[in-house]
Amino acid sequence: MSHPTPETDVILSAPHVLEYDYRRSLGPVLSHFFSALREGQIHGVKTKSGRVLVPPAEYDPETGESTTDEFVAVGPGGVVESWAWVGTPRKNHPIAHPFAFALIKLDGADTALLHAVDTRDESLMASGMRVTPRWAATPEGGITDLCCFVPEDQGVQTVEAPDEVSEPTQSIVTPVNVEYVYSPGKAATRYLQGLKQGKFLGQASDSSGLVYIPPRGACPRDGVPTSREVEVSGKGTVVTLTIVRVPSANITVDLPYCTANILLDGADISFTGLLQECPLEDVRIGMRVEAVWVDSSEWDYSSENIKYFRPIDEPDLPFSEIKEYC
Amino acid sequence: MRDVAIVSYAQSPSVRTQQDENEVEMLMPLIKEAVEGSGIAKQDIGFTCSGSTDYLSGQSFAFVMAVDAVGAWPPINESHVEMDGAWALYEAWIKIQCGEADSALIFSFGRSSMGETAETLGLQLDPYTLAPLKADAISLAALQARAGLDAGKWTEREMAEIAVRCRAQAKDNPDAQLSGDFETDQLLADPYLVSPLRKHDCPPVSDGAAVMVIAAEEVARKGPNPPVWIRGLEHRLDSHQPGGRDLTLSPSTSLAAQAAGVADGPIDFAELHAPFTHQEVILREALGLGPDVLINPSGGPLSGNPIMVAGLARLGESARRLWAGHGKRAVAHATSGPCLQQNLVCVLEGE
Amino acid sequence: MAEHAAVIGIGQTDFDAKRVDVSQVGLIREAALRALKDAQLEWSDIDAVVIGKAPDMFEGVMMPELFLAEALGCVGKPMLRVHTAGSVGGSTAIVAASLVQSGIHKRVLTVSYEKQSESNAMWALSIKLPFSQTLVAGAGGFFAPLIRGYMARSGAPEDTGIRVALKDRLNALKNPVAHLKLPDVTFEMIANSPMLWDPIRYLETCPSSDGACALIIGDSAAAKQSRSHPPAWIHATQMKTEPTMFAKRDQVMPQAGLDCSAALYKKAGITDPRKEIDCAEVYVPFSWFEPMWMENLHFAPPGEGWRMTYEGATALDGDLPINMSGGVLCTNAIGASGMVRFAEAAMQVRGQAGEHQIDGAKKALGHAYGGGSQYFSMWIVGDQPL
Repeated sequence: MSHPTPETDVILSAPHVLEYDYRRSLGPVLSHFFSALREGQIHGVKTKSGRVLVPPAEYDPETGESTTDEFVAVGPGGVVESWAWVGTPRKNHPIAHPFAFALIKLDGADTALLHAVDTRDESLMASGMRVTPRWAATPEGGITDLCCFVPEDQGVQTVEAPDEVSEPTQSIVTPVNVEYVYSPGKAATRYLQGLKQGKFLGQASDSSGLVYIPPRGACPRDGVPTSREVEVSGKGTVVTLTIVRVPSANITVDLPYCTANILLDGADISFTGLLQECPLEDVRIGMRVEAVWVDSSEWDYSSENIKYFRPIDEPDLPFSEIKEYC
Repeated sequence: MRDVAIVSYAQSPSVRTQQDENEVEMLMPLIKEAVEGSGIAKQDIGFTCSGSTDYLSGQSFAFVMAVDAVGAWPPINESHVEMDGAWALYEAWIKIQCGEADSALIFSFGRSSMGETAETLGLQLDPYTLAPLKADAISLAALQARAGLDAGKWTEREMAEIAVRCRAQAKDNPDAQLSGDFETDQLLADPYLVSPLRKHDCPPVSDGAAVMVIAAEEVARKGPNPPVWIRGLEHRLDSHQPGGRDLTLSPSTSLAAQAAGVADGPIDFAELHAPFTHQEVILREALGLGPDVLINPSGGPLSGNPIMVAGLARLGESARRLWAGHGKRAVAHATSGPCLQQNLVCVLEGE
Repeated sequence: MAEHAAVIGIGQTDFDAKRVDVSQVGLIREAALRALKDAQLEWSDIDAVVIGKAPDMFEGVMMPELFLAEALGCVGKPMLRVHTAGSVGGSTAIVAASLVQSGIHKRVLTVSYEKQSESNAMWALSIKLPFSQTLVAGAGGFFAPLIRGYMARSGAPEDTGIRVALKDRLNALKNPVAHLKLPDVTFEMIANSPMLWDPIRYLETCPSSDGACALIIGDSAAAKQSRSHPPAWIHATQMKTEPTMFAKRDQVMPQAGLDCSAALYKKAGITDPRKEIDCAEVYVPFSWFEPMWMENLHFAPPGEGWRMTYEGATALDGDLPINMSGGVLCTNAIGASGMVRFAEAAMQVRGQAGEHQIDGAKKALGHAYGGGSQYFSMWIVGDQPL
């Protein structure tokens, strides 16, 4: 039985965070640059045409040619070429109180370095002003070993050269953390509303009538809406499967486990489910299974309402009947 | 070179948040509208190319799901660029130039509302020396704006006047997100967002999608819309490090404009992908557009700026205006990257 | 209408699990500089650059081509960034070829890369979204059921996959840039390696690699100036896409792949691909995909692809050698993998494949696929213009 998909008054949404600490190897030029920073030195590199690039690069951006092996100490002071006053710093900004991002041409350099300038007060910022670096107390070998720059009249900070020459910095860790509010759209919201009631709500293609579960908002074959809602059974047939014996990020199921592509009765596309309550040596294509739900008190807008699938006492379907869904 | 024309275009209105629909649900009616408007049967469209970026929605392969909106069955000749849709159009145009297709469907989509756009765009920066400083897109644009103010290339008043003009022009555009009558003095009385930029100097955060069909001459002439000819289509790139170039100039735009033949005839209007007010001045100069050329009659990105879509939308809005008979020859421009790093220039002519 | 185009320079980095000696910049420049050297060209000879890679979340930089382009001498030039999932390396080469075939450019540099060691591919490929439950364990978890479907349909002997893996791992020993080299590899070693995603064993799986591949594609005039090696003429290119999932989709033998190769052969004037193609580099990330793709590429009738492996047809001395380089099973910098297939095909017809050269190879196929077996890109290259 199908009916037009009811309009939903609410569209679900939830926070989604993308978070990873990337480890980046540096290569010879940036390794030299960051190793020097760790020791309180700012080094540029010379291009074949004699320009001094700060930050240094392996190549001359104007030509693509490799830069020379010649590093040049620049600064530490320099001139602000342009600046932007950040009156309300963002959560991830390098300084928590109002500050400036600035392009700073260090003495002896031919290009300007982007960094933060801390004057506390916008009226103290000006293009052409001279600034000098403030160094991190515990340098780690990275661009943020320079905490920021300050007006030069506040005094030049001298950095003690370390007693021992340490190993060059070979890599940096750059955490990337992006926050989103994710909303899956209309069709997925209807599906999740169904799951919250312990039901599998699929949708039928407007063109072919074939039933999609979970619905994704379109019949992908024909690029048309799936505007009729169809409740499909919690029983189905395994059309193919795998036994996973290797750990995977984001999956907490105990190893080894079986995931199966299951064709629910009444659907025309298979559905990935965990298969349990069955010895792994018995799992097979064609076996009949049913969904096992978590306790109804725990039902939420979530695929996790389905605990797993388990075998049922019905004869297997022959492969010829399910071949086209595999 | 084959003569190629824009034959149809559809776009969603730019809105602050399109939470009701996912990308597929947004695109599906637009693809239908553009394909039907082209007069070409869907199965006869020779190539499909889309433009989008995974980081807007925070999931790998966001574009793969978008194919669901096309109805790619039987299988289609298709490609995707991790770029604004304007560059998807470039790839499609190349395919037509090769003779591999006589028509192409181009689409792009972006739901900026899911994240914090200015910070997300900061992830485009050099991951070694720039990204760790967490400079956001507005701060970088502000550095560019200051450089021009210092050089006497524009004033804060001129910047505000650009915002006033764009918002007023957007009143005629039903798809605009931000439009209306504003006073320059009133805007200048607002506090800075990131000095020297005020809120009106920055684009709104927008969700949107756009779909276009282009075709070679023999196909284009059969469609219901008069062809809008792509007379020149070129793109170039500048250096990435903001401290390594003169931010008040756009040499890549100038090179692209020269190669596209912008100066080969009079220009009636231009749709420029200038998300920040001062960037309109830079682009006008780089494109060699005189003071008489009407800029962004649609309201431009200051009235609606769906990331990855806004560039393609400049071509689409230009085509719409030429179809409406407002002018004969236009320039459409798209940009990508911090401080106008990469630029595409397209010369369009109506019949 | 299309102009002739040819591969006139090829460069691959050394591939490894972690190329900690280089930055992303250094990695792509290593490939590009080797390609320029091979072509005996300078940066200034290049008209445009096309960059390809798989999801940006692998390296955590949004649209990294924006910061990388200038490392490829691209300032003032056009740059495109292609992304078509796992097939991207192939698609990128095809876009670069079309820039020449259209008559727009004379010499185009194209580079594709992945520096997977900066993150974890399994993480980046299965990012958990709200409301959903991640059950598919990475690419292996997705493709293993399809392999099982193929086994059920074809009745292929269970050791077919082991035989593919042994062949490719032996071939990799002849390839100086290959990542995973097991000098003592044997059938038993592969058979006894742990089962990861049943029926895929550890040694039937591709590694996770850092690396890049670069090609320089030139027009006829540029090809005629080609000095170090003869040009590899591009006879035909083709891309096809179908949706990831739809009702009754055949995921084991996807129509997009069948259509892609059929269209490719037609353009290249090939009527009997098994006979007319001398060797092929085919995207095989899990051993069983060799027999599956043999059928999908119309080299073998449905259900019979495994016989080619079993009878040794796909070995270096077989009648249609497959993955002479050791293939994706031995080297898999995802974004580059498709382009490596295309490059290795070109190396064969240029006669520069060294120890894994097929004598007298005149026509070779490069193949890549991606997504849920839904994106395909392919080319045919030859030692003479078509």
